[in-house]
Amino acid sequence: MVKFNRFTLDNGLRVIVHEDNTTPMAVLNILYDVGARDENPEQTGFAHLFEHLMFGGSVNIPNYDGPLQRVGGENNAFTSNDITNYYITLPSANLETAFWLESDRMLSLAFSKKSLEVQRNVVIEEFKQRYLNQPYGDVWLKLRPMVYKKHPYRWATIGKTIKHIEDAKIEDVKAFFKKHYNPQNAIMVVGGDVKTEDVKAMAEKWFGPIPAGDKYIRNLPQEPAQKEERRETVTAKVPLNDVYIAFQMEGRLDESYYAVELMSDILSRGNSSRLYRSLVKDKPLFSEVHAYITGSLDTGMFVLEGKPLEGVSIEQAEQALWQEIEKLKTEDVPADELTKVKNKTESTLVFSEMSLLDKAMNLAFYELMGDAADFNQESEKFLAVTAQQIKDQANIIFRKENSSTLIYLAQGVEASEPELTEIEN
Amino acid sequence: MIQQGNDLMTQRQMTKLDRHTPPQFNGVENIKLIHPESSKLKNGCKIFTFNSGSQDLVRIEWIFQNSRFEPKKPLLNVAVNTMLTDGTSKLTAAQIADKIDFYGAFLQVDYSYDYSQVTLFTLTKHLQATLPVVKDILTDSIFPEKELETYMRNQQQKLQVSLQKNDFVARREFNKALYGETIYGLAAQPEDFQSLKREDLLANFKQMYQPGNCNIIIAGKADPQILEAVTTTFEGAWGEVTTVADTTQPDLQPSAERFIYIEKVDALQSAIRIGTPFINRTHPDFPGMQVLNTVLGGYFGSRLMTNIREDKGYTYGIGSGMQSFKQTGSFFIASEVGANVCKAAVSEIEKEVTLLKTDLIPNEELSLVRNFMLGSLLGSLENVMSHADKFKNLYFAGLDYDYYERYTQTVKNITAEELKALANKYFDFDNFYKVIVGKY
Repeated sequence: MVKFNRFTLDNGLRVIVHEDNTTPMAVLNILYDVGARDENPEQTGFAHLFEHLMFGGSVNIPNYDGPLQRVGGENNAFTSNDITNYYITLPSANLETAFWLESDRMLSLAFSKKSLEVQRNVVIEEFKQRYLNQPYGDVWLKLRPMVYKKHPYRWATIGKTIKHIEDAKIEDVKAFFKKHYNPQNAIMVVGGDVKTEDVKAMAEKWFGPIPAGDKYIRNLPQEPAQKEERRETVTAKVPLNDVYIAFQMEGRLDESYYAVELMSDILSRGNSSRLYRSLVKDKPLFSEVHAYITGSLDTGMFVLEGKPLEGVSIEQAEQALWQEIEKLKTEDVPADELTKVKNKTESTLVFSEMSLLDKAMNLAFYELMGDAADFNQESEKFLAVTAQQIKDQANIIFRKENSSTLIYLAQGVEASEPELTEIEN
Repeated sequence: MIQQGNDLMTQRQMTKLDRHTPPQFNGVENIKLIHPESSKLKNGCKIFTFNSGSQDLVRIEWIFQNSRFEPKKPLLNVAVNTMLTDGTSKLTAAQIADKIDFYGAFLQVDYSYDYSQVTLFTLTKHLQATLPVVKDILTDSIFPEKELETYMRNQQQKLQVSLQKNDFVARREFNKALYGETIYGLAAQPEDFQSLKREDLLANFKQMYQPGNCNIIIAGKADPQILEAVTTTFEGAWGEVTTVADTTQPDLQPSAERFIYIEKVDALQSAIRIGTPFINRTHPDFPGMQVLNTVLGGYFGSRLMTNIREDKGYTYGIGSGMQSFKQTGSFFIASEVGANVCKAAVSEIEKEVTLLKTDLIPNEELSLVRNFMLGSLLGSLENVMSHADKFKNLYFAGLDYDYYERYTQTVKNITAEELKALANKYFDFDNFYKVIVGKY
């Protein structure tokens, strides 16, 4: 149970305070309700590039990191297809420094040309490091446009191509800031060794004077239900074949979410899970196999992935994956197995309460979804899932005409000779 | 819900807010570390208990020193560790997994150069159900032939994939150059998995996983019943063994060649790893070197990040670090940089290392690093498990809690002159090992 207090400033900034006096630290987490899905299709990767620019100095403070490090603090941020989230941890005695820094960059950035130029390069190197210069690194660049035809989830957070990042202009940066970075689009969580009254005073002092800005009204094209099986095969200089099967599923806010997440756990969580047990151990067809969901706010993805063993054909591998999911469509999950995944979910939630930052991020995200208090209802919702609901969801999701299959074919490389094993880009 | 106070609003309008001047701040004064309760079982196994925290959960670690490394069997230690969950004479791998997962617990095996360990995370209410599983695997693992085949096949495939990653290859080449055919330096090739034999695993297991070579560390809501349960479980069934586990290690064999370049013609980025064998935590200069390392590449605002990422945009990330092992240590700088700027990046790295030897670190920068390091130490003590982790750093290096006192004093007081002297004593860029994987 994570307790909190909540208030809203006149300019629309929502503030949540979680008092936890077991730590001498404080966190200040700000979630901006903007992600890669809000980008212009011709300027993808922008939300994430912008996140980098948020560290390039604000209107009154030329250097963001230095003053924070000086008071013993650390910070970072991440961007997803749905949100952009910034966080600071620091000794609680220095909490006001976090307010000073975060409020100034919500007020306005410095919009330095040098910062844009450098961060463009940094992000391009990030693009290479994580997506292009890695075996299988480009899978999401290929899989997303198969699953999504209309919705902006069809591009990855990093962007469709390096070109979009190279082309970013300072005017675009300014317009993006004006549109998305204002108090109405933000949720702030302050947690740790703090008092609600002090947080309230500091919030009024530092964030109160920031103009409310215009409310961004999101109006994204939603993804139509998929009606035909999709399939692509790529050949790459990777050492092993790899099979991905992705299905559309309802978004995170749909009531079916809990059953679907447990279904992915049944397939793939821990060494007792079905895919590992049957396809890696009992009847070895794969060296590794996974099932997971993206948890997206709009139409999500349920993904099966596996690397078949040498000598196992792609057809055999696909068939084995389908056999496992067919079982979920026809047979009830046994009571013990359902209890098992519920117990695991319950204990994971308890373990997550050991981390102040995790709690703060969760409160912000649940507030975005509707109500921070729902975070405390999660356990109950998972516990209420029935075997019938899982079977129903399996029948809704695991259909050929709802599937996108991406096959990576290995172009024979010799792993013991590193000089000969370049990755194709 | 809290109502907004009007008095605050008025205050805000009375004085104009100064957004240029940082708010007053406080230094980190007292860092209190939780010390463990220690006890010892009759069979020689030591237990350290950290009892704190409000969640009803506990983490228990069983930590063993690795047995002596045999260059001909480089995978033996890691294979034994990884396969501990793969079956005992009473439980199959599947039954072990079922039992642990059913109770929502997590059972992990971890292998590092000096130690192998088993970790159980469990809600305290399920300890009685999960603890016997750990006892079983630590006293009675049998490494079934079929499981060994699966392990070899899958690990071999995983290694093939990892060998396609430039940073992975750079790390292996670097360690090989620094340490030679030792536990720290010798990395296995995919075909080495084929030479694993069940009888070798069994022999290694019997020799190494004995109570006299085991430290148990309990952290969480560990009230007396928890300790009692652990004691009862591991005292009775786990007999004393007369032979002592051989945990000595062969001498290090650094390579004469200091520049290692593995070319990959199509690489978009090159992995760089530069460094040298180094002092470890037991050396009096270690805390001072941690300050110097932080300045150079140990935090986001470090000189390497500021220059090579934030000014030049050559990389997504660059950093330096120190690793402390039982027998040795290392100092290293690592990055992945655009293939076309690799030479330029290496020369900037050299520039930054040299600067520490020729110029004093300005006061402003040094005071920032001091505060950052103390804040970071405080922040690293997030929960009772982090306190146990701090203890492990000390205990396995043969140090006591005075170390952290010396560490904080050094961070607070070391002078720019002393840091410059350390740089001159330890940094000889020409003699550093330099590994490049990609294009140069």
